[in-house]
Amino acid sequence: MDVPQTFHGATGPAIEGFPDRPDLSANVFRSPKERAIEVALAFCALVSVLTTLGIAAVLVFESLNFFAEVSIVEFLTDSRWTPQFAEKHFGIRPLLSGTLLVTVIAAVVAIPIGLMSAIFIAEYAPVRARRVLKPGLELLAGIPTVVYGYFALTFVTPLLQPIVPGLNVYNALSAGIVVGIMIIPMVASLSEDAIRSVPRSLAEGAYALGATRIEVVLGVMVPGAISGIIASFILALSRAIGETMIVTLAAGAMPNLTINPAESVQTMTAFIVNVSLGDTPQGTVEFYSLFAVGLVLFLVTLGMNFLANIIIRKYRERY
Amino acid sequence: MDDAQPFDEKLDQRRRKGLLLGGVFFLATIFGLVVLLTLMVDVVVKGGQWLDWEFLTSFPSRIPENAGIESAIVGSLWMIGLTAVLSVPIGVASAIYLEEYAPRGWFLKLIQININNLAGIPSVIYGILGLALFVRFMALERSLLAGALTMALLILPIIIISAQEALRAVPSGVRESAFALGATRWQVVWSHLLPVSAPSIMTGIILALSRAIGETAPLIMIGALTFIAFLPESIMDQFTVLPIQIFNWTARPQPEFQGLAAAGIIVLMIALLLMNLSAILLRNYFEKYRVR
Repeated sequence: MDVPQTFHGATGPAIEGFPDRPDLSANVFRSPKERAIEVALAFCALVSVLTTLGIAAVLVFESLNFFAEVSIVEFLTDSRWTPQFAEKHFGIRPLLSGTLLVTVIAAVVAIPIGLMSAIFIAEYAPVRARRVLKPGLELLAGIPTVVYGYFALTFVTPLLQPIVPGLNVYNALSAGIVVGIMIIPMVASLSEDAIRSVPRSLAEGAYALGATRIEVVLGVMVPGAISGIIASFILALSRAIGETMIVTLAAGAMPNLTINPAESVQTMTAFIVNVSLGDTPQGTVEFYSLFAVGLVLFLVTLGMNFLANIIIRKYRERY
Repeated sequence: MDDAQPFDEKLDQRRRKGLLLGGVFFLATIFGLVVLLTLMVDVVVKGGQWLDWEFLTSFPSRIPENAGIESAIVGSLWMIGLTAVLSVPIGVASAIYLEEYAPRGWFLKLIQININNLAGIPSVIYGILGLALFVRFMALERSLLAGALTMALLILPIIIISAQEALRAVPSGVRESAFALGATRWQVVWSHLLPVSAPSIMTGIILALSRAIGETAPLIMIGALTFIAFLPESIMDQFTVLPIQIFNWTARPQPEFQGLAAAGIIVLMIALLLMNLSAILLRNYFEKYRVR
């Protein structure tokens, strides 16, 4: 090969009369190879955009098959969800209320514990303790949800049964508690970041005025970080709404319009899983109902994630 | 100084309140760790007696004494390997494009918001996508390939975000000095940025894959089965994975099967622990070579 090598590994014609010198006027930054690499990389980045479009397209188009047979009005207003019965009703309210019940219980567990952990790690714990506590909480976040489901069904429910009278084997209470435990690390870690981003000078100013540590924390640091803290609550609850395996295992499969946490409920996610676990023939209205419920779930979680982002961007205190 | 007039008569009370609340904050913090410990002890107590070599090398069975997780372990290994092959190149390439190539502007911002949102979408929705797109539309049936494609899409945003952070952490001096010597953009990426950020990228990949190994819902959606008495031999075969096996055993009322589920959880948690540990060791080992 007598193609001369350039400094750049790119090839270009040699300058006439100087066969051993590469042509430095050739723009290697625009060589075909560089262009091809850039296009290939851009194509890879496009995959994530296509994923979003794919999810939206699948949910919308498959839901159309469902709404061809069930009116949107019935879907939103009927109070019964009985796809498996002979007399079919497709009112999503029982599934929504089941999801809401589990999420509220999870919030009651996760918000106070998560926020207090965040305060402790950010303001109280010495550096060495922080190095142990943070990864410890992150371990909690790394446990597979099916393991949490096992824990809820075989440990938390039997533990609660003597305390809570009339507690069903499958119930919203233990599922909600365990979902709450699952999202504690998320609340704690995001809130801690928010608290730590409040400038130290504000705390020192308060100390200089004679405030005690607790007064600095509750009076200066937490209010200063409140937008980030609320965003962390919303993100964690959006995770709780989308959580699937815990509720499938521990909350049961009874679409139940109730606010009694001792009863069995079915969440949107648990319904989706149960349809695909059963032998529902593809192409039936029961099968397509899965996509309609998925669409609602997608819109709710997407809306909450957007809301959290808006709060972070709009209401952040700028220091 | 006993009779000295205190500056604030309520100071003691304020301090007591602080101490009390500080104690409550501490208890809240260790609550999570206590739950973690309880969970581990519970699982070991219930599942320890079922965990033996036979359990690891038998197929699922209706008789608890004969049941094992061989097909689930092999299925999980296939699934992780295939998911990594599909998602790692695309994820790292996306991160390189977004960090090093893409012109700053609204389009980049849009893609970035999109990726952050993808990371927040519930995994069961990815299962719906996999069911409609891979299983039905592309007619891949309930194969390993359909499952791995779904999983790859699920962990793609995690890989992209962590790889982007790794690339961003490379000091700009590394880029600038390479450019100053006449390197092209790809040469800068390939010979400088990737080697320098490789440990952080690897750590992110391991953590993303450890998410994939525990995911259950998307694979139930695409129809991974539980009673598989054979080992998958190609990517078009049907399969089961460890979390699905655990799910199936947990959902049965008999206590024997719940013991089996606990034994399966022990195996899954050990696998996760090893992956997390290797990520931490990797990070610590390369910390001393980090370019600052």
